[in-house]
Amino acid sequence: MSTDTQAPAADQPDADETPEQKPSFMRLFGRYLTEANSVMVTIYSLLLAFFIGGILLIVSDEYVRSTYTYFFARPQDALSASWYLVRDSYIALFEGAILNLSTLERYSAGTAEFGDLLRPLSETLTYATPLIFTGLAVGLAFRAGLFNIGAQGQMIFGMLGALIVGFALDLPPVLHLPLAVIAGALAGAAFGAVPGVLKATTGAHEVISSIMLNNIAALFLVWAIGTEFLHSETKSDLITKPVDESAVMPKLLSSLGESLRVNWALIIGVAAAVFTWWLLSRSTFGFRIRAVGFNEHASATAGMRIGSTYTTTMAVAGGLAGLAGAALSLGVGSSGVTTNTALEYGFDGITVALLGRANPGGIVAAALLFGALKAGALSAQPDVPVDISTLLQAIIVLFIAAPALVKAILHLRTPRGGLVTLEAKGW
Amino acid sequence: MRLELKGLTKKFGSFTADDDIDLVVEPGQIHAVLGENGAGKSTLMNMLYGILTPTSGEILIDGEPVAFGGPGDAIAAGIGMVHQHFKLVGPFSVADNVQLGREHATAGVLSAKAARKAVLDVSEEYGLKLDPDAICEDLPVGVQQRVEIVKALSGPKTQLLILDEPTAVLTPAEITELLQIMRNLAAAGTSILFISHKLKEVQAVADTITVIRRGKVVAELEPTASEAEMASAMVGRAVTLQVDKSPAEPGEARLEVQDLTVVSDAGVKVVDGLGLTVRSGEIVGLAGVEGNGQTELARSILGLIKPDSGTIAIDGKDVHGTSPAARIHDGLGYIPEDRGRDGVISEFSVAENLVLNQYRNAPFSKRGAVNASAVRKQAADSIAEFDIRTQSPDEPVSSLSGGNAQKVIIAREFSRPRRFLVAAQPTRGVDVGATEFIHSRLVAERDTGTGVLLISSELDEIYALADRIAVIYNGRIVGEVAPDTPREVIGRLMVGADIAPVQEPAPVEDDAGESSTDEPSAAADDAAANDEEANGGDR
Repeated sequence: MSTDTQAPAADQPDADETPEQKPSFMRLFGRYLTEANSVMVTIYSLLLAFFIGGILLIVSDEYVRSTYTYFFARPQDALSASWYLVRDSYIALFEGAILNLSTLERYSAGTAEFGDLLRPLSETLTYATPLIFTGLAVGLAFRAGLFNIGAQGQMIFGMLGALIVGFALDLPPVLHLPLAVIAGALAGAAFGAVPGVLKATTGAHEVISSIMLNNIAALFLVWAIGTEFLHSETKSDLITKPVDESAVMPKLLSSLGESLRVNWALIIGVAAAVFTWWLLSRSTFGFRIRAVGFNEHASATAGMRIGSTYTTTMAVAGGLAGLAGAALSLGVGSSGVTTNTALEYGFDGITVALLGRANPGGIVAAALLFGALKAGALSAQPDVPVDISTLLQAIIVLFIAAPALVKAILHLRTPRGGLVTLEAKGW
Repeated sequence: MRLELKGLTKKFGSFTADDDIDLVVEPGQIHAVLGENGAGKSTLMNMLYGILTPTSGEILIDGEPVAFGGPGDAIAAGIGMVHQHFKLVGPFSVADNVQLGREHATAGVLSAKAARKAVLDVSEEYGLKLDPDAICEDLPVGVQQRVEIVKALSGPKTQLLILDEPTAVLTPAEITELLQIMRNLAAAGTSILFISHKLKEVQAVADTITVIRRGKVVAELEPTASEAEMASAMVGRAVTLQVDKSPAEPGEARLEVQDLTVVSDAGVKVVDGLGLTVRSGEIVGLAGVEGNGQTELARSILGLIKPDSGTIAIDGKDVHGTSPAARIHDGLGYIPEDRGRDGVISEFSVAENLVLNQYRNAPFSKRGAVNASAVRKQAADSIAEFDIRTQSPDEPVSSLSGGNAQKVIIAREFSRPRRFLVAAQPTRGVDVGATEFIHSRLVAERDTGTGVLLISSELDEIYALADRIAVIYNGRIVGEVAPDTPREVIGRLMVGADIAPVQEPAPVEDDAGESSTDEPSAAADDAAANDEEANGGDR
């Protein structure tokens, strides 16, 4: 090698930046917008999802469909009916998730409280909270190259752990609540470690084992609620005892209105996201997680223990999912957990982690988006089909998972370094 | 076919991979293109084969300008290519691999007979002996390459063959054979474009040599040019091909392997009663064709695989049951043979890779967190000391050339106290300049008293560095010889040819080897049979 600088390898197309002439900011920005980089693919995926969602709304509405039967006689009928349907549906979603415009009118007229104005946001945050935890649980495992499908089961065990400590112990609030939360995290961690141990010792694939463990957890929950220890003493349907008042998550905004359900679990969730960020990007353990996730062979050659990394990562991921369970049984489910309390937060965590590209910040943002979709869809029904939220989530994830599709539809340019697809290794 | 390139240029953005390349391949000529990694050889071939479109310039075939939209066009124009990494379907037969993409079929039904005949026709025409019914993955690498050559020659009217680094994976005997095949093909009128960075082979077979450096043609040489001349044209400055080293001063044993046996998952004894000693202050070269147990031996020394029997002692201490981390901590340096798989995490930055096996030790770890400033300082020191060419320590290793990625590994292993070093294929895929650097560091390492086990399938490298040569075949050491032993002797040992008549000094084997003296001769018979089959191709 001579003393002059190294030429880049010939096989790799290098960047387009020319050092001689610096392109203007607007040109660079324009380039960025038309490039299939991860940020723009996410944004375009959202827009495309709402576009396709609109088409499906039109197709599924009987009245609008009928206007298309005479489309060639009076196309304006069909077009305006379609437009109003899509517009009204999305406005209804917006009002249910972020800000209700009629409440705003009533508030400015003095007939509504400030708290009423915040209700849609509070609902969004309430639904987003468990998603933050389960999204982190899946995202953290992703970084170690593990596909943690088991967040649902880990969450269910977290829910039960927190619930039991929540009603069985008699402690002052300052101890009771933290203890219940920790119990939830530990229960989730113990259940989450199982697929990790199985993979480390026998090579069993974590996807298979964690799917099966989800079923075990779901059925265990049904059985557990019916046991004398857990079952409600006052009600006859399948519901558990309520947790003690001292273990209930305090509401964040109760001073503004009793209907604002958002509680302290949200704060814990944001703290968990910050912790996960620190763990991944600053800690030696995170160094190991990322190393194993990228290349287990090189990691093993460097002396890292692959099996124990899998086990520990799965345990931490399970702990995060367990916190989602604690947030549920000490929050919205504090008056008694049913088989419905867990919903599908664990499975939705997979899509949240995908959309957030396994980055804690991205996961929080994705959880907020999905929380908003859920809150909006629930408040807008029955005018808007409630399935629209699931549908939009599905389309968004479909596009995120297939950046080449977005690139082809919108004729975007290939970014430097190629398209970014998030994938769990070991498949 | 006469191939002419006129002012061929390929730009990737502002980076010019190939700049104004002129080159003529006359019919029946072997034209070697010589250049370091990243010099633009692959880009040039990809343009010729229709994979990349030239930015400017033209390709002329028999005087007619052509434009290739893809490899299909190139094949139709009579160009065949043998890639460095074979593109064969392992479980398919030779005939099926050759007809891949242009199957002999009537109304959608494959004709096995026609496929076999096609293979036999080509192999007969060019004297390339092949069994059309053999399963490709069972064949030796050299024969697999012959399948690739027959595949390339089976194109409708292939008259130009591109061979991209064809000798990288071959044994010395296979290389000799390939060079003969190339001469035969050229004599039959096929033009050959031979891409290589191995000077000896180019010298042996080429009719004319074009040297490219940084995308430009820097020299047109005759095959009579000396190796030093070619090397300096490639690198752009004078290169010492000889490694300066003083005689070794071996001290106490740093690695003692006794009766080591490793059984693979498939139940094969991949390492079979192997015994080997490496002392401080010496480089022991382990020569052998790849796949004879070198990988398993190296991985056993590191502790990644548990041997089924036998002992390994590093620095006088039996390491049985200790973890790789403990062995690394106790002073075992390890340069893995497969850099991309085992050596670096290509998505990680240069700085992170430099502490990959030390990130938990002081000063790189502080209360559970990675101490970023210590990692940065280590990176700055290593980059300076080992001359790692990177834009910044935060660049991912994937953006580095092979030689620089290898320097990252070497810097990492040399930046902590070590007693014994395993260097497996330390210069594989590394250019001449970096090879020179790595070789001198290995010798310097020996001179500080470290014991070095050099595992290499390149005899040149073994000869350049080793103070003692051990030859591995079928998982056992079949001979330990002095570094001035002739190439042919080692070459025969490497393929398991009966060692007794050739071996003048008695093999310095320990008892383990002698306990089963009957077996080597049986193995040797086998190998002789293989040898015969392989040589059949020449006639």
